[in-house]
Amino acid sequence: MNISLILQMAADAEPDRVALVCDGRRWTYGALLAAARGAARLLSESGRGHVAFLEESSEAAPIALFGAAIAGIPYVPLNYRLADADLAALLGRIAPAAIVGDTARITRLGPDSGHAVWSRGAFVTEAEALDSAEDLAESEEAVAVQLFTSGTTAAPKAAVLRHANLLSYIFGTVDFGSAEPEEAALVSVPPYHIAGIAALLSSIYAMRRILLLPSFDADAWLAMVAAEGATNAFVVPTMLSRIIARMDEGVAADVSSLRAIAYGGGRMPPELIDRALRLFPETGFTNAYGLTETSSTIALLGPDEHRAAHRASDPAMRARLNSVGRPLPTVELEIRDEEGRRLPPGERGEIYVRGEQVAGEYRERSALDAQGWFPTRDAGWLDDEGYLFLAGRADDVIVRGGENISPGEIEDVLMTHPAIADAAAVAVPSTEWGEAVGIAVVVHPGHPAPDEDELRALIKGRLRSSRVPERIVVLGGLPYNEMGKLLRREIRKALEK
Amino acid sequence: MKPGTRLKSTVCDTEVMVIRAGSGVFECGGAPMAEQRPAERGTLNPAFADGSKIGKRYVNADGSAELLCVKAGQGSLSCGLVALLIKDAKPLPSSD
Repeated sequence: MNISLILQMAADAEPDRVALVCDGRRWTYGALLAAARGAARLLSESGRGHVAFLEESSEAAPIALFGAAIAGIPYVPLNYRLADADLAALLGRIAPAAIVGDTARITRLGPDSGHAVWSRGAFVTEAEALDSAEDLAESEEAVAVQLFTSGTTAAPKAAVLRHANLLSYIFGTVDFGSAEPEEAALVSVPPYHIAGIAALLSSIYAMRRILLLPSFDADAWLAMVAAEGATNAFVVPTMLSRIIARMDEGVAADVSSLRAIAYGGGRMPPELIDRALRLFPETGFTNAYGLTETSSTIALLGPDEHRAAHRASDPAMRARLNSVGRPLPTVELEIRDEEGRRLPPGERGEIYVRGEQVAGEYRERSALDAQGWFPTRDAGWLDDEGYLFLAGRADDVIVRGGENISPGEIEDVLMTHPAIADAAAVAVPSTEWGEAVGIAVVVHPGHPAPDEDELRALIKGRLRSSRVPERIVVLGGLPYNEMGKLLRREIRKALEK
Repeated sequence: MKPGTRLKSTVCDTEVMVIRAGSGVFECGGAPMAEQRPAERGTLNPAFADGSKIGKRYVNADGSAELLCVKAGQGSLSCGLVALLIKDAKPLPSSD
């Protein structure tokens, strides 16, 4: 099995149809496959053990991804936003590699690592010049992609996705060639994120034209929607928030072509999705939940479910807007307690998943249990109809004197305070309880910061007394990574000061 | 036969990937499929000449055998000379 099959099928079905638009240039499926074949030869001849990609997204990303697949070399897109020391450590773990990207930085960080290095332009030019019409023998290499996890709690792990995992995900969720000729998907997620890989594979298999925005910017995103008539887009909540803010500020925006917006990658604030549903009344919204280790989406809340929940007056129905929907038909999902026992609906525990798309594997070891279940380390619960609700990372639970406290319940209460713009609850060391609750809050501009007694009284009035924070800090903003993931370790540090 | 195995028609251009092997006997155009194309093409059986469509999934009655057509051709697909049927796709909203 090889993910290059996806591009081969599209190129076989309609070689002259436009596959990709980036920086004003267009590639057909035929041209993209030809470039990938040339890249395969280039990468194969380099003799390196990994193919890395280290810069903003561009046509070079799919050419490197499929080129590496044809050549049978694992593809490792790296986060170019990492600090030098962190990036140097990752480069060391894949040396010697064939790398496309920031050549000066790669050479500076590892002058003696034996890497073969190309700039984006040189790589694409050489790959296109090397095109050969002959079919290369399909490689036996099982690993398609290796992604370093973002490491919000610990050092990055090298998650491994096999060709079989990714193909199973695509075959299970996308109908080949199902996109209408005018359909176009605006892709603005980083190339080193699982959503960036999944967007390329899904769009090419559906034969939906990819509009690649090298790096997200709300104005550029809006301009591209209008100029190219984007029908689909995937955003993380932070992106949606910035897009709406710019529309509110009066930026000219014709978004009438947008039929579908999918979102994921972080918690969607309820007020933001409510606002988006009003602002884009004709657009279908899909909430996708997935992890790197599961080859992207494992559960989704579809457009009709969004609108039904948004219209509902029944609180249980309305709450579905905060759910990540139901598991894919091709995936099994369970909630388990700490002893590994399966929990009934309504009870919070750790989310376990099983299915052919679930890799659950790192370079060093597999995290699957003997029956093939992957412990996601995400906490959550299911309602009576099987809708999944997330409740933070299992590692984020505050254990106070043996009692498990979910940060989310405290954060939700804090957010009801009119002066509070953002809030996070984390564990702080406590001599009496082992751990206790610490909170960080951000105040709306122009509002005075509420004093500590007022915040304690707010929590005490709504939750059990164990939830009342022992330490409180007011910050100018909470630390998020570029995908909108809250960096709780940074908040713990701020509370230790 | 392992899932992921690629089979080629011996009488037309059809190529498939095995999703579920079932009994493992697959034909296209009435003739057994093979991992390698023969040097000389056989003849298409007119009873199995409705064609195969790229990207479609083909299943037997009890769902134990399933093929994904990765290259279209003139022959139609069968398992033990019982015609395979196109599996209904249940479309999911795009989540990427």
